[in-house]
Amino acid sequence: MVRVTRGFTGRRRRSPAGELPPGQYDVGGDWPVLTAEVTPRFDPDDWTMTVDGLVERETTWSWAEVQALPSSEYEGPIHCVTTWSKFGTRFGGVSVDTLLAEARPTPDASYVLATSTTGYTTNLPLADVTAGKAWVVWTYDGRPLPRDHGGPVRLLVPHLYFWKSAKWVTRLTLLDHDQQGFWERNGYHDRGDPWLEQRYQGD
Amino acid sequence: MHGCLGAPAGGWCVGLVREVRHPNPRAVLLRLEVEGRMQHLPGQHYVFRLTAEDGYSASRSYSVASAPGDPLLEFYVERLDDGEVSTYLADVVEPGDELELRGPIGGWFVWEGDVPAVGVAGGTGVVPLVAMLRHARDLGREDLLRLAVSARTLPELPYADELAGHTLLTTREAYDGRAAGRITADDVRPLLDPLPSAAYVCGSAGFAESASRLVVDLGVAPVDVRVERFGPTG
Repeated sequence: MVRVTRGFTGRRRRSPAGELPPGQYDVGGDWPVLTAEVTPRFDPDDWTMTVDGLVERETTWSWAEVQALPSSEYEGPIHCVTTWSKFGTRFGGVSVDTLLAEARPTPDASYVLATSTTGYTTNLPLADVTAGKAWVVWTYDGRPLPRDHGGPVRLLVPHLYFWKSAKWVTRLTLLDHDQQGFWERNGYHDRGDPWLEQRYQGD
Repeated sequence: MHGCLGAPAGGWCVGLVREVRHPNPRAVLLRLEVEGRMQHLPGQHYVFRLTAEDGYSASRSYSVASAPGDPLLEFYVERLDDGEVSTYLADVVEPGDELELRGPIGGWFVWEGDVPAVGVAGGTGVVPLVAMLRHARDLGREDLLRLAVSARTLPELPYADELAGHTLLTTREAYDGRAAGRITADDVRPLLDPLPSAAYVCGSAGFAESASRLVVDLGVAPVDVRVERFGPTG
C-alpha cells in the first residue's frame, strides 16, 4: 500500500518525449554510468562474439565478421532500474535474431545467459531477445559506443531494465532453464520489465 | 505502523524519523527506526519512495551509513539544488515523520569485515565506506580496512571526524601538507602494500572511473575491485 509522504508535492517533470514506466523519471540529455566493475580496455580485434549452449551450430564471429552482418538500428527509450529513463536513444549494430539464425537454437532452448569480457552475466528468457527485441550494438548516435557505456560493444535489450543490456558482451549461451546472472543473484529481478516495475526479486 | 513486510528487498517498509541533522548546508543526516527490518551488510543501500497526495511518487537510492550493530538506520544525503528527493529530505523532513523505504539492497558492494580491504571514495561515495569503518570498529578489526577519501574541502567531507587516521584528500584546498588536487597514484599507493583482498571504489561516475583505473594500474586485479558509481540524480 502506498502512503502519502507529508509535505511532498514532487516536481513532475513532464516528459514530452514519451510515456514513463512507473517510478521512472526522464534524465533528459544526461546518460548516467552505472557499472559495478572496472571499465575494461580491450581491442575490438581481440574481441569475439559467441553463441553457444543449446544450438545446432555453435558460432563465433570476429569484430570484422559481426560488422559485416546485416545492420540493424534501435531508436527509442532505455530504462535503468535506478529510476532514470532516457528517451530518443539511437543504437546501431546487429539484431540478435541474425546471430540466432546462424546458430539455430534447439527446440528446448528457452533462456539465455549473456556473458561479458569482465565476467559480468545476466539472464533473459529467450523470448525477450528474439523477434526484433534485442541487439548487439557498437554505435550510439552514429558514433562508436563510448567505453564507459559498454563500448566497443554491448547487448541492447531496451524493453527491459538496462542491467539486462550487458556491457562488453562476448557470449550468449542458450539454456533450457533460467540461470541467474550477476545482479539477479544479488537481489534483482530475473526478468526486469520496467512497465511491471520488476526491480527486485519478489516484485 | 513501522516495519517491513516481505523478504530482503521484497517489501516497502515504513521508517520513523528519529533524528535530522545538517552536517553542512548541502547535506542532511537522517536516522530512522524501522521495526523488524532485515539487518544490512556494510555497503548496502535502501530505496526511498516519496508519494504526493495525487499518487505521484519519486524514488532514489541511498547508501546506509550506520553499522549493522546500530539500532537505527543512518543515511547521509547530499542536497542537490534541483534534486526532487534530496531537497525534500534536507528541507522538509522532521523527527516524527514516516518515510517509505525498501531494502537492504545489493550483494556486491559489501564488506563483512572478514578480509583486508581498501576503500577509495569521493564526496558522498564515502558513506558506504563509513558503514564499513564503523562495522570494523565494532568488530575491533579496523586494521583490516584502509581508506582514502576525497572531497572538495574538509568541511564538505562526510564524516571527516570519524575518518581521522585514514587518508583524507581535498581537491580545492591544501590539507595536511598535501596540495589541492584530485586523487593520484601517490595518494593510493601506500594503501596497497600489501595488496588487499578487495578494493571498494565509490563516487561519481568520473571519480569512480579514474579511481578504479588507479587501483588496477597499481596492481589490484580487476576482479577484486568493486565499484559503485553514483549518478547525481537528485
